[in-house]
Amino acid sequence: MDKITQLLKLLENTDTIELNEFRMDFEELELYLMPAIQQVVQQAATVKEAIPTEEFKPPIHNYSGEVAEVQLGAGSRKHVFLGGQKALYRFEEPQPNPPVVTFDVFDIPMPGLPRPIREHFEDVMEHPGDWAKKVVKDFGANMVTIHLIGTGPKVMDKTPREAAADIEEVLQAVDVPLVIGASGDPQKDPVILEAAAAAAEDERCLLASANLDLDYRKVVKAAVDYNHAVLSWAITDINMQKTLNRYLMKEGLTQNDIVMDPTTCALGYGIEFSIDVMTRTRLAALKGDTDLQMPMSSGTTNAWGSREAWMKKEEWGPTDYRGPIWEIVTGLTLMLCGVDIFMMLHPQSVKMLREIGETFTKEYMTTEVPDISNWITQLE
Amino acid sequence: MAVTAMDVYKLLPKTNCAKCGEASCMAFATKLVDMETDIELCTQLEADEFDKLADLLAPAVREITIGKGTKAMIVGGDEVLYRYELTYYNQTPLVIDISDDMDEAAFDERVKEIEEIQFERIGELLTLDGIALRNRSGDALKFKEAAEKLKSSSRALVLCSFDADSMKAALEVVGDERPLIYGATENNIEEMAALSLEYDCPIALFVPNDLEKMKELSRTLRAKGITDIVLDPGTYVNTGIGDTLDNFIMIRRLAVDERDEDFRFPIMGVPALTWLNTAEDEVNTAIKEATIAATLINKYADIMIIHGTEIWELIPVLTLRQSIFTDPRKPQAVDAGVYEIGELNEDSPVALTTNFALTYYTVEGDLKSGKANSYLLVLDTVGRAVDVAVAGGQFNGKSVADLIKESGIENIVKTRKMIIPGLAAPISGEIEDDTGWEVVVGPRDSSALADFLKEKV
Repeated sequence: MDKITQLLKLLENTDTIELNEFRMDFEELELYLMPAIQQVVQQAATVKEAIPTEEFKPPIHNYSGEVAEVQLGAGSRKHVFLGGQKALYRFEEPQPNPPVVTFDVFDIPMPGLPRPIREHFEDVMEHPGDWAKKVVKDFGANMVTIHLIGTGPKVMDKTPREAAADIEEVLQAVDVPLVIGASGDPQKDPVILEAAAAAAEDERCLLASANLDLDYRKVVKAAVDYNHAVLSWAITDINMQKTLNRYLMKEGLTQNDIVMDPTTCALGYGIEFSIDVMTRTRLAALKGDTDLQMPMSSGTTNAWGSREAWMKKEEWGPTDYRGPIWEIVTGLTLMLCGVDIFMMLHPQSVKMLREIGETFTKEYMTTEVPDISNWITQLE
Repeated sequence: MAVTAMDVYKLLPKTNCAKCGEASCMAFATKLVDMETDIELCTQLEADEFDKLADLLAPAVREITIGKGTKAMIVGGDEVLYRYELTYYNQTPLVIDISDDMDEAAFDERVKEIEEIQFERIGELLTLDGIALRNRSGDALKFKEAAEKLKSSSRALVLCSFDADSMKAALEVVGDERPLIYGATENNIEEMAALSLEYDCPIALFVPNDLEKMKELSRTLRAKGITDIVLDPGTYVNTGIGDTLDNFIMIRRLAVDERDEDFRFPIMGVPALTWLNTAEDEVNTAIKEATIAATLINKYADIMIIHGTEIWELIPVLTLRQSIFTDPRKPQAVDAGVYEIGELNEDSPVALTTNFALTYYTVEGDLKSGKANSYLLVLDTVGRAVDVAVAGGQFNGKSVADLIKESGIENIVKTRKMIIPGLAAPISGEIEDDTGWEVVVGPRDSSALADFLKEKV
């Protein structure tokens, strides 16, 4: 105690302490600072900052709401978690789950797919099981979306039974969670999704989708009966999204069973509308709007419909590069607005998006960065 | 935080003299807040009030001009964090780098390339804005000679050197053109600041990954009376992109939400750093550079230095920039009604599309370049694209029937046959029922429409 009193005496007129040649060895250390010392140390700190610079404080916000976490995959599937954010940006609090990519696979060979995609899957397009296996094995897909396009009355008019068989084939082939999409026919889709849901009972797939144009009650019932989640799709309209989500929850789903698709307008084809709606949706969630606190999904594949992605045109350069970039920039832009899961087609786009998405779960200033202080002379 | 029309109104003379062109002072105040008019138009403001008002209306992010006259690039000027809250101002200039140690032919070739790159979209010609001269040689004389050559270029200049002697040499020849001095660092800030003041040029502050230091140095520059500052917190392109995003977002949040004077400046991103020690081939590096550029343009980059000049790499970046900077307060729509393409008579075909500006101009452009002769019926879908309007219910049988009636197309042509967009195929039956016209489903993409009209109609 004597030593401490001496030390305090010494510190009285001191601003800072510098220790030279200091070494400590210990097995276990507990430090108790007496209030007196704390005070002196604090005072020293205050004196140091009295120079007229202003302290830098990271602009961290407090949020009253958070995004619900949705589990996809159960039973024989691996588990994937979406959402769960408690803050907008990682410097406030890192995301608990990184954004997820789900690869598109189809129940028919899809003659309309652009060549840069076809060339990766030509050998497996006859069988959705093989196709799914390839995207998981060769391209590391976290998830697979099986689009039951063939059930469309004007496509092949496949029956619910055939749809169920396709689902079983894909379930057998891979162990990642599935998104199950139908053909976009409002009459038939709910019936198809019901059959698919039954075939995948307890595997916790994402049924795509429920919207205001079809019998969403049937879709919700299938999800509840067979333990799946539901994609809630609204057309770039935050109020429509709220209404639909409320209806879905009234039918028996919870926040943890819903993923929202606010609609992805591709780069150059209205992406700014998607930016605005998604940004507002995520901000509303963090402000506590319980109707909008679900994770968001993006049908990034829409990018391939843009002529800049597929149209042959000498002066625009090769489509081999234009297509993937169009899909990357579309997905990436929406990832920065908070989207949690991306439906995509091209392996290279997926790789690039994931690389950036994975930084979202890391803490600020914890990754090693290269020295760029001499970039002006070092750059080729 | 946001300034309201009422805040502004309080400082106005409240005489409703209407000399500014608005009916009342309140109307003028509203326009001032929306940045749709200029305070100079008010003739009755006292100098004192004028200053207060100017201060109140100053954007959260300072607006800075780089270059002069036709070469000028305006950067910054933003007021909000999200575009839906108002709009973003001043499209992010894209500046292409060039190094001072290139041989003359290659140098001239690159300048020419930068000046000639263009891409037309929705009736707008998208081009590159500036040239960043890098003092790669480290030699002051070479830097000066290269700067001199760029005097004749049609683009604004960024001078990149951390060596004050080189910078001075270059400023001696182009200092009167208001180039951006890039840049001040912890090590050269005194000398660079002096040059910025001597030549009255804006200056960039480069402090990689250290906002605390950046704040301190920004303060140092401000204390010297420098007002035109650009902040570069470093661009990391691999896993470090996370830090870069954090830095950009924090700077902008501090400027907009907290009006932190040290951060109320435009931010510079340098996607060109993708090419520094890249392990990938050229194509993949270019794809990555475009990705980084898109990331930063989304999150607050006000000016960017890019290395790649492949058109396929630049098109997505130029397109994203155009999209993000459209004004959300103005609907992107053209008027509904009948449009005439080519030479027409009463037997000419009738095609249908929506009034989303992008859709309309694309279809119009395709029909014209395909030398088609056709009436184009434009449906009011509140500025939505075909597929979105079909799903959203603005594009349906009834709305098309109303359009036919209101446009008077039935008095213009004898035909009762209409070509609808391929993406509207699901409602073709509905349109036939409601209009009594025969409906032909056209191609999904309008690039095939001109040929379709010639062959099938």
